Amino acid sequence: MGTVTVITPPRRLAIPRWNEIWGAREVLYRFAHRDVLLRYRQTVLGVLWVVLQPLASAGIFSIVFGSVAKLQSDGLPYFLFSFMGMLAWNLFSGVVTRSAPSILGSQGLISKVFFPRVIVPLSTAAAVLIDFGVAIVLGVILLFAYGVSPGWGVLLLPVWVVLLMMFGAGLGLVLAALTVRFRDVSYIVPWLFQVLLYASPVAYPISSVPHNLRGFFEANPITWALGAFRFSLLDQPAPPAWQLIAFPVLAVVVFVGGLIFFESWEREFADVI
Amino acid sequence: MRQRGRARSSASLTHVGEGLAISASGVGKTYRIAKNRDDAITLAEQLLRRVRHPLKRIQYEPFTALDDITFEVPWGEAVGIIGRNGAGKSTLLKLLTRITAPTRGRIELGGRVGSLLEVGTGFHPELTGRENVYLNGTLLGMRRKEIQRRFDEIVTFSGVEKFLETPVKRYSSGMYVRLAFAVAAHLETEILAVDEVLAVGDAEFQRKCLDKMREVATDGRTVLLVSHQIQNIEALCTTAMYLEAGGLKHYGDVTTAAHLYRSSFAAPTSSAQTSRRQGTGQARFASATADKEQYTTSEPKWLRFTVPAHPGLAGEYFVSAHLVNSDGIDVLQCDSRVAGRWFDPKEAVDTTLAIDTPWLKPGRYSVDLFLCQAGVLDAWHGACGFTVLPLYPYEGTVTDDAVELGTVLADFSFKDN
Repeated sequence: MGTVTVITPPRRLAIPRWNEIWGAREVLYRFAHRDVLLRYRQTVLGVLWVVLQPLASAGIFSIVFGSVAKLQSDGLPYFLFSFMGMLAWNLFSGVVTRSAPSILGSQGLISKVFFPRVIVPLSTAAAVLIDFGVAIVLGVILLFAYGVSPGWGVLLLPVWVVLLMMFGAGLGLVLAALTVRFRDVSYIVPWLFQVLLYASPVAYPISSVPHNLRGFFEANPITWALGAFRFSLLDQPAPPAWQLIAFPVLAVVVFVGGLIFFESWEREFADVI
Repeated sequence: MRQRGRARSSASLTHVGEGLAISASGVGKTYRIAKNRDDAITLAEQLLRRVRHPLKRIQYEPFTALDDITFEVPWGEAVGIIGRNGAGKSTLLKLLTRITAPTRGRIELGGRVGSLLEVGTGFHPELTGRENVYLNGTLLGMRRKEIQRRFDEIVTFSGVEKFLETPVKRYSSGMYVRLAFAVAAHLETEILAVDEVLAVGDAEFQRKCLDKMREVATDGRTVLLVSHQIQNIEALCTTAMYLEAGGLKHYGDVTTAAHLYRSSFAAPTSSAQTSRRQGTGQARFASATADKEQYTTSEPKWLRFTVPAHPGLAGEYFVSAHLVNSDGIDVLQCDSRVAGRWFDPKEAVDTTLAIDTPWLKPGRYSVDLFLCQAGVLDAWHGACGFTVLPLYPYEGTVTDDAVELGTVLADFSFKDN
């Protein structure tokens, strides 16, 4: 009758059990489905929010940084420039900030039923991806409106999206596991992201950063991702080669590391939560 | 609390899958409880402590919830798991359902395990009945096709056809429970683990649940049932496990297990076992006795308890005594708050609780004592016990069937109008 499951005490370092996670993919789908359904149920504007949010934030950036502070935008219309930056930023911050509190948020489930816990933080990415999809459609409309052609680099966009999500998910997994033990994490993360938003070249180009500070900004992986996104969407010059190599390597390392970290903490969740 | 360990090599295991549904060998679970109670909740607190006492590591006290459990369950069996509070029943079920990991030993499961540790796991109030059926079913271990195939059956079983597209937050609690149980009842996992879900719902609903579980067991699958209600175990199970203080004392026929369970109420646990008592331990009972070993049904029962002075404890505390019958049901709760009585921890307490009514049915009773402030300081299950003899205060002849039902005896009369 079926396959035999063997349960033994956890080891210090746990390797994710892929077949188990694969076997529970329907749970992942159900969680994602639930998140998406709940997001806009009982809201008046419904799906319109997905469209309004990125437009509004890019709009505010244009007024504050483009018109008031007169930041440069590498010769592009400022609104378009900051919109594409926000697109990538929202994808990254959405994945991290939604997955970080997810385990704690579903403690009722964790202590009552078994499924690979890693599904909880990973499933939060679905809603973020939907928002991103809508924003990308808006972005295409804007490209036409401003008469900017993205060039062949656009073919690489899916690669950047996957890499950025892996990077975010890896961080999210670590934070989700930490939050179970240390509730401080849930206070620190939103604040940290607010700081990070301004420390990354989302609202301004890296070229306008003073030379003596350039090193700090270039060490920020978000800078690498933003460079790659703007290269693919706005036909900007490609980011330096070392960044194009470092970005995928880091994304994979962080994702795998996050998975292992999470799995190593996973089996005591029900005891600690 | 974190546990670590290595699986012992276990070459002696019979093959799970062919004849066996579950096999466990040397399974144990030890929790680490921070000794100084204030387990660091925030990172800052923990860092601060490190800075203050750089050499002092946090002291942990091991608490063994389960130890050296070894058993084999064949297919097609309904196994009851009984034991008193704190014996490790729920921990065992949580290990078998993989909610928490064992510290020692090895468990082999011959199939998918569906767990019913509560009704409606994962039900979300904003989702409709239909959406919740899918979400809950998936969480319990059903595949999408299984749910689709049995969807109509589930809905008919629950009787909420008309409200399928309504968010469950608008359901009555009865509808909610019926729908949740309907999903659970249609689980097709090879092993089904159930924990006290029978406690919810009305009598009719409970009967339905029992029937469903019997059906599962006769189907050749395996059912594990944890319950305090010994009648349910006797009615449903083919074999039973009796757990005591984290050890498996008996695994075999239900009659013996039920006997062991019932007689555990007869022998009060000694106060030497203070360490196994739950509660923070900031104050504990020292002794508890009933003034007589045997009572008639109607005479007042006097329970005397003592608590030493705990000068270090701030504020007053109250005590609560629960009278538990041999079926494990809490018959009475005598809470000192209700009587307006609070105790001062600076003074030693020597007090008698006098219970005048109701009249108790014949049988063995045990007393659970609790000492509480905002939280529970001491939970002493089976602090003392007594027997009520079948001596009735009624005027007429008492036959067994005349006093069979009910949990206590009433002082009643018939008056013509």
